[in-house]
Amino acid sequence: MILTIAHETLYRYDHPMRGVVQTQRLTPARFDGQTVLDWSVEVSGCDGASVLWGGGFRDGAGDWVQGCTVVGPVSAVSVRVTGRIETNDLSGVLRGHRERIPPEAYLRHTPATAPDVALHELAQAAVAETQEPLARAHALAGAVQAAIAYRPGVTEAHTTAAESLALGEGVCQDHAHALIAAGLCVGIPGRYVSGYLQATEDGAPHEAAHAWAELFVPGLGWVGFDASNGVCPDDRYVRLGSGRDAREAAPIRGIARGPGAESLDVTVAVNIAQQ
Amino acid sequence: MLSRTAANLFWMARYIERAETAARLLEVGERMSLIPSTGAGNRNEWVPLLQANGSHDGFMAKYRDPVQRNVESFMFFDRDNPSSVASCITAARENARIVRTALTSQVWDALNTAYQELMALERTERSELPLTRLTEWTLRSSALIRGAIDATQLRNDGYDFMNIGFFLERADNTARLMDVKYFVLLPRVEFVGSGLDNYQWTTLLRALSAHRAFHWAYGGEVTASKIAHFLILNRQSPRSLLTSVQGVNDHLDSLARGYGTATIAQSRARALLGGLAELTIDEVFDEGLHEFLTRFIGEVSDVGGAVFDVYLSGDTR
Amino acid sequence: MKQAEFFNEMFEDGAVRASYQGLQGWMGDMPAELRSLKQAEAEELFRRIGITFAVYGEGGDPERLMPFDMFPRVFAQEEWRRLERGVVQRAKALNAFLADVYARGEIVRAGLVPRDLVYRNEAYEAAVVGFTPPRGVFSHIVGADLVRTGPDEFFVLEDNCRTPSGVSYMLENREIMMRLFPGLFRENRIAPVDGYSEELRRTLASVAPRKCERDPTIVILSPGAYNSAYYEHSFLANLMGVELVEGQDLFVEGEFVWMRTTEGPQRVDVIYRRIDDAFIDPLCFRPDSMLGVPGLMDVYRSGGVTICSAPGAGVADDKAIYCFVPEMVRFYLGEEPILQNVPTWQCARPDDLKYVLEHLPELVVKEVHGSGGYGMLVGPKSTREQVESFRDRILAKPGNYIAQPTLSLSTCPTFVGEGVAPRHVDLRPYCLVGERVTLVPGGLTRVAMTEGSLVVNSSQGGGVKDTWVLSE
Repeated sequence: MILTIAHETLYRYDHPMRGVVQTQRLTPARFDGQTVLDWSVEVSGCDGASVLWGGGFRDGAGDWVQGCTVVGPVSAVSVRVTGRIETNDLSGVLRGHRERIPPEAYLRHTPATAPDVALHELAQAAVAETQEPLARAHALAGAVQAAIAYRPGVTEAHTTAAESLALGEGVCQDHAHALIAAGLCVGIPGRYVSGYLQATEDGAPHEAAHAWAELFVPGLGWVGFDASNGVCPDDRYVRLGSGRDAREAAPIRGIARGPGAESLDVTVAVNIAQQ
Repeated sequence: MLSRTAANLFWMARYIERAETAARLLEVGERMSLIPSTGAGNRNEWVPLLQANGSHDGFMAKYRDPVQRNVESFMFFDRDNPSSVASCITAARENARIVRTALTSQVWDALNTAYQELMALERTERSELPLTRLTEWTLRSSALIRGAIDATQLRNDGYDFMNIGFFLERADNTARLMDVKYFVLLPRVEFVGSGLDNYQWTTLLRALSAHRAFHWAYGGEVTASKIAHFLILNRQSPRSLLTSVQGVNDHLDSLARGYGTATIAQSRARALLGGLAELTIDEVFDEGLHEFLTRFIGEVSDVGGAVFDVYLSGDTR
Repeated sequence: MKQAEFFNEMFEDGAVRASYQGLQGWMGDMPAELRSLKQAEAEELFRRIGITFAVYGEGGDPERLMPFDMFPRVFAQEEWRRLERGVVQRAKALNAFLADVYARGEIVRAGLVPRDLVYRNEAYEAAVVGFTPPRGVFSHIVGADLVRTGPDEFFVLEDNCRTPSGVSYMLENREIMMRLFPGLFRENRIAPVDGYSEELRRTLASVAPRKCERDPTIVILSPGAYNSAYYEHSFLANLMGVELVEGQDLFVEGEFVWMRTTEGPQRVDVIYRRIDDAFIDPLCFRPDSMLGVPGLMDVYRSGGVTICSAPGAGVADDKAIYCFVPEMVRFYLGEEPILQNVPTWQCARPDDLKYVLEHLPELVVKEVHGSGGYGMLVGPKSTREQVESFRDRILAKPGNYIAQPTLSLSTCPTFVGEGVAPRHVDLRPYCLVGERVTLVPGGLTRVAMTEGSLVVNSSQGGGVKDTWVLSE
């Protein structure tokens, strides 16, 4: 399938800022499930602020990381991603992806994925029936999906896995965090993946800017699980980057220097290209 | 030079000068409180001093009663008062400690010794500390530090930043000291030009250690206008506004030469100097002394702002 | 335990060992009054120069003096040569290990170091994986803590691959000894240590980043004036003639890091950082860090700046990884280790744990991630209650502890109360790793000032000595 992406992030500051520094993971991952046809990332600042690209590099997780700075004073910055990408359904398996970080390095939790008693119980119960690695991973994803109902607006950016499980509700970020945390409880390395989802047809309840988890399955490698939708990523999914949690995997991490408060607008459109 | 280092040197100097001013203010206050009461219902002599220092509200909130002992506590020892001698010496030393390697050992020694002595003073019974001991100690300490700087520091940009700090603070402080007069006399305009008026002016001269220098320079009768001239426009007077602004200009020019480029800081300082140099003392009185001083303090602050923006903030390119 | 059981570096079988012969007369000739005069002079100098370490939050003056003992510790040339070879060898092996575990992990694949010990280690930084720093060097200043138990027996107690401190004492102790006793230096041929700062500068310059095509600008990045080692930071910056910066003085723009100066932004090429990994870059590590520079890691990884030591270098000096350093020497260098490791029991292993619990009163037990002599048990020097309460702590979290035999640390004559008495010492030399691997002839000798004490840490009342290497 060929998907077109239009993704714009607009930062507004109520006072002009002295400068903005960003680290971006906005380039699709290179693996057998997706091939970029064309892709561009444009950054612009208003007030004639100049944009300077930093150095780019491929990190140990295989993601392309790009630094970017905007020289102030600047009161708004826009990051616009447009592209076309061809995708294949690999049933979630991240085949042909080159990376260096050993799976064990993902066995350390972050504040967002710190397991608590409830997560431990959920994970233990889920895998009690089977020793087969892939089945265990599926069981965890199923348990998380059952325990946390999809409901936007009840959780926020800083909600942890334990908190959303206690609440029993959340969005894709919470599902992914909970699945990673549950994996940690039973010694399965997991990580957070940010990307896009083409999802207008079936009316399923999720956003085009999407996130899911990958669990490490011996023999298969990293396998994606979207607990929000109860599926493994297929050709409707575009994978950008990964990390131990949402913050590490964020498509844009940034800091603005100055006295102003920031407000953020994100619009994403993912469509099937007319052949 | 690192902007932050320049800022530390600049503030170190300002705090030393500010400590000295606090001591001088205390001296003015004590002298003024020794003259006979200026008429029924006149305010306490210590109040104007606090007003000139900009710390009246802070003082009243904490001490309420503006008697000498309280004012001494507040202006010398009180760490809650950022302009107290103790606060200023401590802040100067803290700034210096951060940039130790930019200072000669003599400068550090002088400043560190002052700090150690301050701590000893804080441990001393107040009954054993007459006000004159406190003020003289402060003036001596600041002279030692200043002397060590002049005698031993390399004449580089760091030296310029220290001196810009000294002179800006001094310009501001001399103006504020003169303004005390305004606050003392505020309710009773008819005192202007009276014997009492001159007595207070003379006191101010003493506080600025300029009593004898004044007589050398002017001789004869002490008049308000001569004293004002001495403190505002006399180039020989070490604390006059003109001398201080000239000092700011000299060191800004030295920076511009060293860096090969002049900035808004130089042009603002030059404008301030130009205006001052053309002024006559009659024009000052026509404008009103208080009004003139208020405007001047604002302009000095603008130059300080430009120095910050250009050199100390680190945001220039 | 009697003193006689410890190796005395000056006296052996009642005779003065050759290396200390130059000091015998000096010691004998010094009347008590002169000694206390000199001691007072030394303290005055330390205070004057401001060589203090800051301890906040304990009341009193936060700026403290490190107790300085005027009696030098001496190494003969041949003793030192061997130590030097051993330390250099170890520093090379540790760097090879770091380069390996952040790349293909051959030593792990070979089964010589357990995977989990490396990859699940708190100090292992995923953000560095796949990156090769200039010249492949991760740890540019390796401090090895050594103890001696006999004429030729040296053990490495631990390695410091991140930002070992204390080198300013090595330099200042020498400076002050030369001022106090110039005659001693005329009569003895003592190798100078003051080349350290220039060698450090050269080392840092030699690892300039890929994109640097000029004489590199070097800075020292400090957490600020409230850090206990701030004096050292400013001291080194001054000796090398480089700027001492804090995070707020640096910013990232485009492909480089810049420093804020009174003449506008100036590009920075090499950062000798004295802040922890977690604080280096709030965009990459701890988001609440006020000490670091946002975006610094991106510049680092794309070759715009070098960070010394590399983030993640701490995985090599972990107390659990320590056990494998001799393996590293064999694996990467194909050599036999010159310096020995202290036998170590890992409480994470059931067999080791059993042994440790049975022999607690004889052992020294340390926290895996502890430092500064905090959180450790010196069995023979502890009361029964202390031993028992420590037993509970180990049982609660065995993986957190390692144990070692109580070593018979050598002693060196030390000025105490009335005269001179033996006190236990250790040694930290500083190995510089860049284009070349070098070791300045000297180091920091720490001395336990209390009679019988084996703990030399400054936080536990330890002092320092000048360390001599006799030339020729």
